[in-house]
Amino acid sequence: MRPISYSRVSDVGTAIGTVAADPHSAFLAGGTNQVDLLRIYVEQPRRLVDINDLPLKQVEELPGGGLRLGGLARMSDVAEHPTVRRRYPMVTESLLLGASPQLRHMASVAGNLMQRVRCTYFRDTEAPCNKRAPGTGCSAMEGVNRGHAVLGTSECCIATHPSDLGVALMALDAVVQTEGPAGQRSIPIDDFYLLPGRTPEREHPLTHGELVTGIDLPPLPVAARSRYIKIRDRESYEFALVAVAVAMSVAGGRIAEIRLALGGVATKPWRARAAERELDGAPATPESFTRAAEAEMAGATPHGMNAFKIELGKRTIVRALTEMAEREGSA
Amino acid sequence: MSPAIGATLNRVDGRYKVRGESRYSAEVPVPNLAHAVVVNAKVASGRITSIDTSEAERATGVLAVLTHRNLGRVANVPRLLPSLAGLAAPGQTFFPMQDETVHYGGQPVAIVVADTIERADHAGTLIRFEYETTPATTLLDQARDRAYVPERIFGGLLPGQGSRGDVAKALAEAEVCVDATYRFAPNHHNPIEMSASTAIWDDVDRLTIYDSTQGPNAVQLTVAELLGLPPISIRVVSHAVGGSFGSKAMVWHHPTLAALAARHVGRPVRLVLTREQMFTSCGHREEQEQRITVGARADGRITALRHHKISLTSPFDDWAEPSLQSAAVAYLNPNYEGVYHLVRGNTITPTFMRAPGEATGMFALECAMDELAERVGIDPLELRMRNYSDTDPESGKPWSSSGLRECLQRAAELFGWHDRDPRPGSRREGQWLIGTGLASALYPVTQPVNPQRAKARIYNDGTAVVEAGVSEFGTGVFTAMTQVAADALGLPVERVRFVGGSSNLPNITAAVGSAGTSAVGSAVHVTACELRDQLIRRAVGDDHSPLHGADPARVEVRDGKMVLADHPDVGETYSDLLHRTMTPDVEVLGTWNPPPQDAGYGIHTFGAQMAEVAVDAELGVVRVRRMVGVFAPGRVLNRKLAHSQLMGGMLWGLGQALMEATRMDPRLGRWANASLADYLVPVNADAPDVVVDTVEMRDDVVNPIGIKGVGEIGVVGAAAAIANAVHHATGRRCYELPITLEKLL
Repeated sequence: MRPISYSRVSDVGTAIGTVAADPHSAFLAGGTNQVDLLRIYVEQPRRLVDINDLPLKQVEELPGGGLRLGGLARMSDVAEHPTVRRRYPMVTESLLLGASPQLRHMASVAGNLMQRVRCTYFRDTEAPCNKRAPGTGCSAMEGVNRGHAVLGTSECCIATHPSDLGVALMALDAVVQTEGPAGQRSIPIDDFYLLPGRTPEREHPLTHGELVTGIDLPPLPVAARSRYIKIRDRESYEFALVAVAVAMSVAGGRIAEIRLALGGVATKPWRARAAERELDGAPATPESFTRAAEAEMAGATPHGMNAFKIELGKRTIVRALTEMAEREGSA
Repeated sequence: MSPAIGATLNRVDGRYKVRGESRYSAEVPVPNLAHAVVVNAKVASGRITSIDTSEAERATGVLAVLTHRNLGRVANVPRLLPSLAGLAAPGQTFFPMQDETVHYGGQPVAIVVADTIERADHAGTLIRFEYETTPATTLLDQARDRAYVPERIFGGLLPGQGSRGDVAKALAEAEVCVDATYRFAPNHHNPIEMSASTAIWDDVDRLTIYDSTQGPNAVQLTVAELLGLPPISIRVVSHAVGGSFGSKAMVWHHPTLAALAARHVGRPVRLVLTREQMFTSCGHREEQEQRITVGARADGRITALRHHKISLTSPFDDWAEPSLQSAAVAYLNPNYEGVYHLVRGNTITPTFMRAPGEATGMFALECAMDELAERVGIDPLELRMRNYSDTDPESGKPWSSSGLRECLQRAAELFGWHDRDPRPGSRREGQWLIGTGLASALYPVTQPVNPQRAKARIYNDGTAVVEAGVSEFGTGVFTAMTQVAADALGLPVERVRFVGGSSNLPNITAAVGSAGTSAVGSAVHVTACELRDQLIRRAVGDDHSPLHGADPARVEVRDGKMVLADHPDVGETYSDLLHRTMTPDVEVLGTWNPPPQDAGYGIHTFGAQMAEVAVDAELGVVRVRRMVGVFAPGRVLNRKLAHSQLMGGMLWGLGQALMEATRMDPRLGRWANASLADYLVPVNADAPDVVVDTVEMRDDVVNPIGIKGVGEIGVVGAAAAIANAVHHATGRRCYELPITLEKLL
């Protein structure tokens, strides 16, 4: 690990000021991803500002029925929060299906959104990687890319965004609250994640020193009927090959409301808008589900080893919708 | 009477482990310690054309930067010989940092020594290398045309090919033929404890190495030869080892590099491999392909077996794990041909990995057997019974003991095999297709070639200490040895202590090939019996003993008291005898001379595996629901430890079947998933309901305590049972491991 200076701050203003003043500095929250990347020299800040004492750990009711997750709330605390469980079950499920209990006790929800990709070439400082070293090329394109993305890719990067929570938040239209040197901002989650395009090194619109202070979940009755399913190579402690976050209501056999997002297949948590368009108002039948899955994956691009994700993605979408519809039918 | 052997005794080291008090090789407190970090080649083939170490040398805390220019030459690289032989046992016959050539990705090219491990690691990133690269071979498919048949494999222990009868003719005449090719991804061991060495020079010719190893003596002899020192100059200590699975069976470069670095900086040096380095520093199970052709009569009786393997080895050594050994003798078959083909590639020499050879070879055979059963339309269990051989089909000699049929029958009862509908895809529960499969398990029993020694001493208070140079790497051997010694001495286990883990102790071969417990166990048994007999002889020869004049053969020891077998009220304790004769202690150095490997019997361990899987019909996800394993490992020394070993082996097989694969990027010549986040092994949530049982077959041939070992046999056949169950569930045969879900979409 390279030499690094470390300080611990107790108020948001000092945290932002300290990081903003030094271009080679970074916030340190749970550290579960960041320390790992420091150890392998992928992230090389000279200064770490520990923000774990900041008062950003609460889960609070918002006026109007929404919920604010403090940026430093631990994954495990949010997952077990009774209101989150009741109103947004897909959030709880996405958290509990991620990482391990030990990691969830350490990791913050803001840090979860900010986690870096799992691409082996991003993590190997000797390999070409446009995200880590812009302009060097993408090793994954023709490489070991079984876990890589088929949606939202560019010729510069095909790394999958690894967050499970982000997928649920995308389905819910959550809003990321930030505070930085230029003041406070509210960033819709869809804008918070950038597609790689020609600048895969830019993953979000935050400026240096800007801190994620909270995540707002909007009031959304349909979210009480939601779930998160995750397909992976082992039962626990593993990233998704395909994940689906779905919230749905059915009235008179037709889909009244639908929210669908995908994980494991895209370069950012992926809102399945093409599928949603197919499903909105359609009969809640296997035919509709298949049509929606086909529509969503029509734009997918395979890259060798990950080609199976297109078919697996379709089948998992159909599975998730079918199970939601059955639940709705029996409710 | 064997009160301790067979009992469910808790581990004698258990409480130290759970309290975090066991001292692993990287934890031994040493004053003035410096830390070494190895820097690895990032290319797979070529030559180092320049090295700039200046920035690294200037970095804070750095004591030395070593490369091939200043490391110094090693005296002699010993020949490759499995550590079971009891001699020097290098993992490969190449020693790094001797010149500028790079043979494989991950080859050590520099060592940085600093006052902290973080500073050493950082300085390592500051060394600038320039390479002239040459084309590398890192995948089998890149160089099949360069395959050759080696004269011998496996460190010279086994021939490169073998045959009996006329296999071509028998295959041509066979009524049914199954011809299948199986591919296996490379696998890595991934013990929890990374390999570590702490090297301390007390003088120019006095070196102590704390090393994580399966064989302290093997490390001592190997390092001695490499450094050009006599073995008396080197002591190797291994108090506790956090798992190995074969990665610490041979002696790799790190203990020698630590010693060289320590000598260079004049301070004790600790060298711990990183998790990533564990993928390039201590061998692996090689990428391989096996083609099996089974000829049979219409009733399923096998008439011929052809078994060819092609695998990748290093530029230095003809290494193949011995995949053809057990498959050649599993069933009665008069016509056989087995051939190893090797391809040289840019890799470290592959090595032992749990159930070396049989994990893959028996997978291929047992999957082919399942296909044969389907083809001839008989139950897979019946097919195995029908082809059972009560002699070793290769030598024609009787088995020292078998148990295969008993294991299959017992497993079938425990599993409920007989209700099975043989039709694939016949059972469905919601989205899940349910299937069951079975496999036979065989693993050869290999005798150590050299004498095995132990020392036993009894004190006049009636407590005894027994010592041998074996290390405890998780198997529970210290516990089992306490039991063996207690029974031989006639003492309760609480009054016996076993001490191991040092090359200064009586010589025991490295604990490999499931032979560790039988080797040290036999030595301990023989030694403790000799000590007991010596004390009995003293008693019967002593005028003042109540046993005076008795026939020693009619004296036995119960709870520390030597008594007449016929009149247990007549006798005296060890303690009485020693106190009366003013003797502080009595000590014996004992030797067990293993029988020759070919002692008139075929010696193998047998077992049976059954598995039930659920396969998601649309998504391809495979979940193993139940596993039943029944084994005949000879005598069971400790039921609890044996159960854990066998269950661990079965779950290892689950990992082999469904998850474990190291992926090579041939463009970079490096593994692309060298971490525990990317190289998947099963977690608790994947573990099914596992039933383990043993069939105890008496075996008086194999060794004086009648044990065959439980370290490997639990793995063998587990993956095949799962693959066969996947076929039964889905109708699909998977010819490539691991069976990941895309293969079932």
